[in-house]
Amino acid sequence: MDATLTSRPESGGYAGDIRTAKPTGRTADKVFVGLLWGCGIFVLVLLGLIIAMLFRGGLPAFAQFGLDFLWTPAWNPVTENFGALVMIYGTIFSAIIAVVIALPLSFGIAFFLTEIAPQALRRPIGVAVQLLAAVPSIIYGMWGFFIISPLMAAYVQPPLIEWLGPIPLLGALFQGPALGGGMLTAGLIMAVMILPFITAMFVETLESTPPMLKESAYGVGATTFEVYKNVSVPYGKTAMVGAVMLGLGRALGETMAVTFVIGNATRLSASLFAPGATIASTIANEFPEAAQGSLKLDSLLALGFILFVISFIVLALSRFLVRSNLKS
Amino acid sequence: MKHITVLGAAIALAGSVIAGSASAADITGAGATFPAPVYQAWAVAYKEKSGVGLNYQSIGSGAGQTQIFNRTVDFGASDAPVATDKLAQQKLLQFPAVIGSVVPIVNLDGIEADKLKLTGPVIADIYLGKIKKWNDKVIADLNPGVKLPDLGIVPTYRSDGSGTTFVFATYLADVSAEWKSKVGAATSVSWPTGAGGKGNEGVAGTVKNTKGAIGYVEYIYASANKLVTVQLQNKAGKFVSPTVPAFQAAAANADWANAKDFAASMINTPGDTTWPITSATFILLPKEPKSAEQAKEVMNFFDWAFKNGAPIAEKLHYIPLPADVAERVRKAWKSDVMVDGKPVWSN
Repeated sequence: MDATLTSRPESGGYAGDIRTAKPTGRTADKVFVGLLWGCGIFVLVLLGLIIAMLFRGGLPAFAQFGLDFLWTPAWNPVTENFGALVMIYGTIFSAIIAVVIALPLSFGIAFFLTEIAPQALRRPIGVAVQLLAAVPSIIYGMWGFFIISPLMAAYVQPPLIEWLGPIPLLGALFQGPALGGGMLTAGLIMAVMILPFITAMFVETLESTPPMLKESAYGVGATTFEVYKNVSVPYGKTAMVGAVMLGLGRALGETMAVTFVIGNATRLSASLFAPGATIASTIANEFPEAAQGSLKLDSLLALGFILFVISFIVLALSRFLVRSNLKS
Repeated sequence: MKHITVLGAAIALAGSVIAGSASAADITGAGATFPAPVYQAWAVAYKEKSGVGLNYQSIGSGAGQTQIFNRTVDFGASDAPVATDKLAQQKLLQFPAVIGSVVPIVNLDGIEADKLKLTGPVIADIYLGKIKKWNDKVIADLNPGVKLPDLGIVPTYRSDGSGTTFVFATYLADVSAEWKSKVGAATSVSWPTGAGGKGNEGVAGTVKNTKGAIGYVEYIYASANKLVTVQLQNKAGKFVSPTVPAFQAAAANADWANAKDFAASMINTPGDTTWPITSATFILLPKEPKSAEQAKEVMNFFDWAFKNGAPIAEKLHYIPLPADVAERVRKAWKSDVMVDGKPVWSN
């Protein structure tokens, strides 16, 4: 790239005119290319430093608790006994709830936008979905806390606890008092937050389905649903899985909105209505009062490192899936 | 052209703001969020008198301690007192600035503010998950004539680390041996049951949303938002409502004379009218400050606040420091804050 850029002026045919301009252009170009290199390297260095900082900060916690830190369900600032299990479980569980709720909705919206919606409706709905992504996290948190939580406590949780609670095994998901908040409410709020991202990528994938394939399917008498099921979705399947993983990755790190509604209890519970905690919400809650040099602060940094690793794995997986689909 | 004028004005304004905050005489502090409103109100009044401003960042007690340990601010502020050995190691003087109280709040149909009577051990058992229903015999016995519903109790707490939790948990540990051994007291604890909300507003909101909920908030927050508070039994066995005189009684009855680093407990202090959950919030000042002038300005500021800040504090529902305690603080300034072996504050 370097070579092609700098050699371009010389390939021109009128050397006489250019002579004065050429040297300055060359230096400027070198500086420009150098700056671009700098920008690229900067990202790598920044990422490396963040990982190193989290790891170094969390090291005393890992040294103290060993790998047990990962599966200890205790989080007790009084006795300084810290473990990450409750938060890891809460982070993954709430993010999966979010994806499970967002996925069918995204499918519906994306297919409606690409296939069914009249042209006049396409833009307003498309813009509305995009605007959902522009709403700040704290607004979702307030909405969840003041509107959704009371609704859940009044109309959703009591009947579910009553009807599904007594069923063996499955009932474990529907136990406890109707607090309004909890895992399900957190997942619900996050579903709305990741909806625009998943939908946007679904729309893109569906639009990239060759029209010829779809028209052929319609031509042989396929219904809309059959075209959707047998042509559009299989065509973009891997990219769609990648989109879901991207949504999952976003849900994993969501902080403010979750902190508002999840109930913030560092106790392990299988119930969808029980208060829980995620890694991000725990850090947001505990960080301001964690004194410098305390084991609590070390443990919070270790939590941050674990979240980084989880997000990294999910994102890497999603990149891999999206890319493998593009290649095929 | 118009744009340029506006831009120029904006730059000039920004410049003046920056210049204003950077003037040499201004003092800087950081820490506890609970006393932030009164510090800021004092700062405005004090600046009018003396021309010295205060730049106070309410970033939480833990972060405030970190900042004063690193000496990036002139003083730190912490709701929970710092341990004596830590103070010695960091060469810090600790003194109280203002007093606040923690009050339980409830959400029960037909129960108005200060009608329900509770005791410390009952609240501890509620938060331990041992008393589960509002019509439990223990609560009913305390409240003859009050119709208590057959409703589950939902304990709520501060999910964020906070001085409020420290004070509340210290009280529960004081009145319940089981709480002391199972849970203990710190700025955040491992709650055996219930749900957490972030900040006073998070706890108040959760209580408001949930029938049968009980929570705890700072009195300034409860009174400003007209929350349903309860009566508590104090050490003398009397039931008291959360009122300013009850908090003042707690401050007056605390054992300041024997308290190390002014960390006098106002939890469950004696006296018939005393509110049992009261606590001071503290200032951390370097004993060997980098700049004698800045340290002196900090002490001048709090000296002024102790003398003239009471009406402002009371208006914001804080309890000013008793005059004899303020005098003790001044003595400590004189004897403890030194630069080159000379006391910085000598008024």
